[in-house]
Amino acid sequence: MSKIHVSTSINGDAVEYLCDPSETLLDVLRNRVGLTGAKEGCGSGDCGACSVELDGRLVCSCLVLAAEAEGKEVSTVEGLADGEKLHVLQQKMLEHAALQCGICTPGILVAAKALLEKNPDPTETEVRYWLAGNLCRCTGYDKIIRAVMDAAAEMRGA
Amino acid sequence: MVTEYKEGAAGTEYSKRDFKVVGTRPPRPDGVDKVTGRALFGADLTAPGMLHATILRSPHAHARIVSIDISGALALDGVKAVVTSNDFVKQGSSGNQDTLDNCMARGKVFYDGHAVAAVAAVSVKVANEALKLIKVEYEVLPHVTDVDAGMLDSAPVLHEGRKFRNIPEGNNANVSGYWEFGHGDTDAGFAKADIIVERSFKTAATHQGYIEPHATLATMGPDGRGEIWACTQGHYMVRDMAAAFVGMDTSQLRVTPSEIGGGFGGKTTVYLEPVALALAKKSGRPVKMVMTREEVFRASGPTTSSSTDVKIGMTKDGRITAGQAKLRYQGGAYPNITAMLGAMTAFAAYDLDAVQTLAWNVLTNRPKQAAYRAPGAPMAIYAVESVVDELCQKLDLDPIDVRLMNAAKKGTLSSYGPTFDEIGLVATLEAAKAHPHYAAPLGPNQGRGVSCGFWFNFAGNTSVSMGINEDGTVSVIEGNPDIGGSRASISMMAAEELGIPFDKVRTIVGDTNSIGFNDVTDGSRVTFSVGLATIKAARAAIKNMCGRAAQVWGIDADAVDWVDGAAVPMGHNAGEFPPMTLAEIAKDSAKTGGPIAGHHEVNADGAGVSFGVHLVDVEVDPETGFTEIKRYTVFQDAGKAIHPDYVEGQMQGGAVQGIGWALNEEYIYGEDGKLQNAGFLDYRIPVASDLPMIDAVILEIPNPGHPYGVRGVGETGIVPPLAAVANGVSHAAGVRMTELPMSPPRILAAIDGAK
Repeated sequence: MSKIHVSTSINGDAVEYLCDPSETLLDVLRNRVGLTGAKEGCGSGDCGACSVELDGRLVCSCLVLAAEAEGKEVSTVEGLADGEKLHVLQQKMLEHAALQCGICTPGILVAAKALLEKNPDPTETEVRYWLAGNLCRCTGYDKIIRAVMDAAAEMRGA
Repeated sequence: MVTEYKEGAAGTEYSKRDFKVVGTRPPRPDGVDKVTGRALFGADLTAPGMLHATILRSPHAHARIVSIDISGALALDGVKAVVTSNDFVKQGSSGNQDTLDNCMARGKVFYDGHAVAAVAAVSVKVANEALKLIKVEYEVLPHVTDVDAGMLDSAPVLHEGRKFRNIPEGNNANVSGYWEFGHGDTDAGFAKADIIVERSFKTAATHQGYIEPHATLATMGPDGRGEIWACTQGHYMVRDMAAAFVGMDTSQLRVTPSEIGGGFGGKTTVYLEPVALALAKKSGRPVKMVMTREEVFRASGPTTSSSTDVKIGMTKDGRITAGQAKLRYQGGAYPNITAMLGAMTAFAAYDLDAVQTLAWNVLTNRPKQAAYRAPGAPMAIYAVESVVDELCQKLDLDPIDVRLMNAAKKGTLSSYGPTFDEIGLVATLEAAKAHPHYAAPLGPNQGRGVSCGFWFNFAGNTSVSMGINEDGTVSVIEGNPDIGGSRASISMMAAEELGIPFDKVRTIVGDTNSIGFNDVTDGSRVTFSVGLATIKAARAAIKNMCGRAAQVWGIDADAVDWVDGAAVPMGHNAGEFPPMTLAEIAKDSAKTGGPIAGHHEVNADGAGVSFGVHLVDVEVDPETGFTEIKRYTVFQDAGKAIHPDYVEGQMQGGAVQGIGWALNEEYIYGEDGKLQNAGFLDYRIPVASDLPMIDAVILEIPNPGHPYGVRGVGETGIVPPLAAVANGVSHAAGVRMTELPMSPPRILAAIDGAK
């Protein structure tokens, strides 16, 4: 089967790629574009480790076909920091020691950023429900929730 | 893993000191890589010319392999190599042979998902197409997946004709292990009791549930030299196993560990690595293998399931007169010692005159179990702590007071043999009793659960090397994959001992050629053992640096001391010289004898056992049987918390894994012997919205076996939650729960049954 040509934007850069019709956005990001920050934990949309934003909407990139990115804007964890300057969420994850192995961290960061764009002042319960699709097996979520709440507070003050 | 635990064997390492770096909370050195997506995990590496390999797995729970025809797969365009068990070397030890047979079935398949053949091809898609062209003829056999059913005389036998050692008469051919522990006269003890409670408990098999599936990339040239990149808890283990299975010298295989996306014991063995290496050897190309989540569930991990009878006698004032447990574990199709560890840990929290534990391991048609955080202990202690709770309930006694009255302490002859040295159980119980959580009022349909937990902790073979750089900084190489922040704690201990700031040290995890051998990252051993070796490597470097200063000063090396990161003369008699700092000594090292380094290799001992106590408040909905965790507090003895954030993280993470085990998680098998819930949707691990904050209270009762008093903290935290949650649910629901997980239907049935 012939490949599909896709023109898209990834973290603000114009990107073109050829993909199989059955290929997921996650596969293309990782295997064709060379962005391995999004992780495959399940391939079925259950773990959130592959979270990216597609035109500002939080999605599991394992559930999106690569061809669907045509003409859209994809944001991944690699686009979070501004050069040497970490995003507040990244900084707070470090300050709160909110990661152990770090495999879920990219997905958590992308999902948390999407939350704070919608809701700059979430309650703890709102953060917990928003992140319910991002599995973390190491931390018990405690420090992650604290980091996101703290980042939200700092971003509101800034 | 605990293999050579000798409590009190090393009691002279600890000396009290004031810390400058240890106990602070600096950002972890690998943190920025992990928040920016730059960190490379198992599946993140590619190599030029790389092939992709996938595995054909058994659709049957138990079958004889009559024949395998790979010709169809080999004929497919893009297929470069196919391997079966014929491509691996027969092993000298039964343990290694079992691990190899689990990687690639030989003669029989023992479980749904057992690997039968593997194909390397130009893409995953082509490899998967090729799998469909492999013809396997099976003779399907009867199967058994339940632990108690596996022990029946009528059960199908898995390993026909295989003899296991020390199995008493009367057990069937599936019993692969039997152990006894204890002391004292239990009959006399039960005769002294005012009340005896006897109960039977069952726990389901659970998976470690790391979010990163197993992944590896292997290369091997016609020169017989190989390279493996893998997410593993132990790259020396991977090297030794893969080299042995493919038949090469270990020196010719270099294994580099990736960042590891969780393990919890599940990455202490090999699944893909030897297969990828064999395919790389056959194809002459790099071969990448990544498991799907379904494969992770069907063919890696899980832990054992259990069926346990507990009998405990108590006087009416709360003194335990005797305890007995009979533990039956199944850990899949190959022998393991998890039941033994269960028998050793079951009563470890108690100072008893009479105690006996008996344990059996039963082979079943399930995946070969892998270690899972304090393997064997959570289910054993769940059963014992449930009965202790019921006794307290029946006698109307405070559950913490009863545990304090019976608690193991220094000098206690433990239920599994050794006599305890300094341990922190009493302090931990007292902290729980004094905590506001314990006095907080409970609402309707709520219950409070308490449980103790215990783990041995392991030490083991460890090598550390450090170089003192000319700019006054220090490069440390350790050989244990960093699974939860250990590069931070190792850097902190190096900085502390050398007397320099934390940010002057960088610690990396080297490959198998970088330094000497290291045991796997397991048994909560890394902060203890690698820390101990780091401190001693630093001391070796300090000795060297004191010698350099003595040389410059023209005094005896014995007259030089090391204070706050600098060499100083030891007293006035040694002469008057200003302190010579590490940076000054390093800068001139070329003139004083060359590079300065320190290293230490040890088979460490004296890990120091760890106790914890968990308090939980739950609310059970009597209409639905749903349990909500309302409040959770963990108390644990860390000996000395090097980086308290990551100690708390271990305590919180362990507690939540235990909550999942108690409430949700289980391997569900159908009548056909097939796993029915091989995915995160149906195998439900706790998510953020299931939980409250997990409060962590660190106790520090120094371990005599470590220079800074460190005890391992990684595993104990998963031990108490099973019983703590079960006790809370039993109080809230008004009925004693005896089977995990306590899913809503099971709780509803128990409530209805008690009406």
